[in-house]
Amino acid sequence: MRRAPTLAVVLGHLAAIVATAAALYPVLWVVKMALGPSQAFDQSPNPWPSHWSLQNFRDLWGAGSAGHLWRQLGNSCVVALATAVVGLASSATAAYAFSRLRFRGRQGSLAFFLATQMFPGTMMAIPLYILLDDLHLLDSLLGLVLVYSTTAVPFCVWTLKGYLDTLPRELDEAARIDGASSWQIFTRVVLPLARPALAVTALFAFLSAWNEYILAATFLGDERTFTLPVALQRYVGEYHTEWGHFAAGALVVSLPVMLVFFALQKQLVAGLTAGGVKG
Amino acid sequence: MPASLLALSLCLAAPRTVALWHSYRADEARALSDLADRFNRSQSEYRLELLSIPYDAVASKVSAAIPRGHGPDLFVFAHERLGGWAEGGLLAPVSLQPGRFLPGTAEAFQWKGRQLGAPLAFKTLALFYNRRLLPTPPATTDEVLADAVRLTDPGAGRFGLAYQSGDFYYHVPWIFGFGGSLFDARGRLDIDTAPVAASLRFVADLQARGLIPQEATSALVTQLFAEGKAAMAINGPWFLGELPKGLDYGVAPLPVVSATGLPAKPFLTVEGLFVSANAREPDGAAKALAFLTSDEAALTRAREARQLVANRAAYLDPQVAADPVMTAFRTAAERAVPMSTAPVMQLLWEPAQGALRAALRGEDPRDALRNAGSQLRALQRPAPATASPWPTLAFVLALVAAIVAWERRRRSAAEPARWDAYAFVLPAAIATVALVLFPILFSLGLSCFHRGLDGSYRFVGLGNFTDILASRGYAITEPLSFYFTLAVTLLWTAVNLAFHVGLGVALALLLHASWLRLRPLFRVLLIVPWAVPNYLTALIWKGLFHRQFGAINGLLVAVGLPRISWFSHFSTSFAADVCTNVWLGFPFMMVVALGALSSIPRELYDAAALDGAGPWNRFRHVTWPLLRPALLPAVILGGVWTFNMFNVIWLVSGGEPGGSTDILISEAYRWAFARQGQYGYAAAYSAIIFVLLAGYAVGAQKLLAGREART
Repeated sequence: MRRAPTLAVVLGHLAAIVATAAALYPVLWVVKMALGPSQAFDQSPNPWPSHWSLQNFRDLWGAGSAGHLWRQLGNSCVVALATAVVGLASSATAAYAFSRLRFRGRQGSLAFFLATQMFPGTMMAIPLYILLDDLHLLDSLLGLVLVYSTTAVPFCVWTLKGYLDTLPRELDEAARIDGASSWQIFTRVVLPLARPALAVTALFAFLSAWNEYILAATFLGDERTFTLPVALQRYVGEYHTEWGHFAAGALVVSLPVMLVFFALQKQLVAGLTAGGVKG
Repeated sequence: MPASLLALSLCLAAPRTVALWHSYRADEARALSDLADRFNRSQSEYRLELLSIPYDAVASKVSAAIPRGHGPDLFVFAHERLGGWAEGGLLAPVSLQPGRFLPGTAEAFQWKGRQLGAPLAFKTLALFYNRRLLPTPPATTDEVLADAVRLTDPGAGRFGLAYQSGDFYYHVPWIFGFGGSLFDARGRLDIDTAPVAASLRFVADLQARGLIPQEATSALVTQLFAEGKAAMAINGPWFLGELPKGLDYGVAPLPVVSATGLPAKPFLTVEGLFVSANAREPDGAAKALAFLTSDEAALTRAREARQLVANRAAYLDPQVAADPVMTAFRTAAERAVPMSTAPVMQLLWEPAQGALRAALRGEDPRDALRNAGSQLRALQRPAPATASPWPTLAFVLALVAAIVAWERRRRSAAEPARWDAYAFVLPAAIATVALVLFPILFSLGLSCFHRGLDGSYRFVGLGNFTDILASRGYAITEPLSFYFTLAVTLLWTAVNLAFHVGLGVALALLLHASWLRLRPLFRVLLIVPWAVPNYLTALIWKGLFHRQFGAINGLLVAVGLPRISWFSHFSTSFAADVCTNVWLGFPFMMVVALGALSSIPRELYDAAALDGAGPWNRFRHVTWPLLRPALLPAVILGGVWTFNMFNVIWLVSGGEPGGSTDILISEAYRWAFARQGQYGYAAAYSAIIFVLLAGYAVGAQKLLAGREART
């Protein structure tokens, strides 16, 4: 193991601290508004909280959500996790094929997956509404999961393929010589090695479903099926927004994301086992 | 069979549900819920069920649900959308006695001689004044000026008056007060007139003398007035809920403009109940509507939620009459001008707001209005002619045939068909084709139609496309032109990507270094910008860039630099957008790079180190070549997302100055939702975005393929 020079270590820590401070600075206002007593948007120069009241959080769970907040939090978790699982499951095989196999229509399908990401989402709400209505999936979390995971699939395919391209081919070639089928290579060799990539992709799919609200608000028609962002967006009005409640809700929304990321970190940094690719 | 009989009788007795959608909060929501309970107890035939949905989802939800036979029986919304919804056939007529309501409020829901909604409450602007600083409210603008000069102290950050001077809704009272109007004698939109110019000069002067704050947002107005740093504020009834309990303030109608002797007349908007044309329980809806708009129910809303109800009778109640705020607003409403429901009104906001902000930036009001006038004419340009569908169909078929033929020719040197590969791709392909392709085709179809102001659609073939590409109605160098916006969008995408990748990779390398302490902590904290909903953080960034009160200008002043008016120039406004988006977007690239770094075997570094490679050489020859294949798809996708990054543009610069920082997606959004509901035109915009990005995708795909061939 080589050792980094002391100066580099010091500068590196300094850079990490500065970057973290810059990343957190605007978020301090969110914390300040969430803990503050008023519902006004805080434009004061000092972001340090001046009050420490949990009233906004109590309101979130109480009157503001008609007591549905736990349920809405649960809905969001179910939808986001299901989106991550469905998105990942249906795209992992495709990514493997695109990365490792050569077949007719490969280029075209890859371009097609990318192209679907390009249509501005704001124009999709009404046609999707018609589609879900015909499938009798309005007002259901299943319909939402379907929409979210299909919009996440092209991204998942592309990123996963990018990672798989970085994995050394010697491993699957060795397995093929040993007589393994494509499926066996996929499940036994490629998937275990792709853990960091799966973690990144899962995080993305989770986040895309977790934060989305305009489609959810359009499709869901019952407070008990609302997801958290829909419930939260209610504090934003035409003339006036209850910023204290909204900020408290934003913190509630971002906390699980950080927990998920924290949990995925192990996978993310697991990396290749030493020796696994020694030629 | 007693069990089934019991079930039958229960069925018969069970009240039928009447669904009502609203977006009320707090006290207003509680009052409505109390009324619903009372309605449900008062009779057993119907049960009123309330659903509260986010305000900005109501319009899209109503437009999607009602034509499909879903949606509510009743919904609450402001009257401005009446014209579009009425022409779209979404509304059923209601019956009421207009005489029971304040003048103008019931009439606001009349469309082509039919009553298509019932008024609940009104909103308008009034003058709030801090009694401690100003015992009696000024009655004329001369008095306002005298008081404002006396009470302004720039050193202490005190202002005589605070209001959202850059928002056209708040400027309208001055236009009417200076004797101006928004329409010409023939009923067409026209604001390039002397009275409007006089009103602009008036507010530009207020700002130049430092009597009002610059770039005032609603947050700033609330803060200044609540802290006693603004003696007066112009605001609506929603302001009441934002003011702290102990503040001693009064409310008065807006002053008379001294130069003309006319009162400053604000717009009157009326919130009302609409009945869906596809209501499942039309009779129940009518009963609930009659109950909720009754004088008795209005009194409940006025007493419990201090709602400015539309019913005259409520103001005779002793408790309401004793409330000075409610009576002041009632007087203000009598002077107010009901906001026009004509769909053409939607066209006015953008040019008018542009002229207002230009005047506040110090431009000559006449020039600003002339620009607004030409922009208005461009927005009102004649629609493309109705076309026969056949040439378009032939064109589309030829296009498809050409693409297929080209694909076939390219494939001649083809790779084999492999069934195992198809099986692997199938799940993803099915999902994508079913749910993503259909909406896209739907929108592409829509792009061949023109939606008139009356909501009717007519086939115009490729007319929308030729309008956009030929930049019909405005010069290529104007911000409204497609090419100008395209250039801005490309610049926007390139600059953002460079920063995202640069910053993301640098931080990933740092977080990957084994000597970094607290790595897990740094990793989690650095993704916070990605985790917090960007709707909120983008607005916080906008606050940071505020000219007078933003932390960034505060920093500049602290190091001895002058304040920058960030949203007055293209370059600084663009920089503010980029800064916000880089902050929002770097964690994604960082996480992707982090994942890729961990797949690089450590042995390679050890080997490189043995060969005597320094850090830079190790990065160039080991890290970067292995990072690149994983990063490339993320960069390609990141490009697409940045290209279509709507929120940041919309919330931070909002296109300022003069729409120049708008990108294609925000321009398409304006056409669809902010100008005149030109969904066809907006769909054509989206289709062009799609084609551009598809070209980009093919290019990117070639790049990837070339790389694959070499490895």
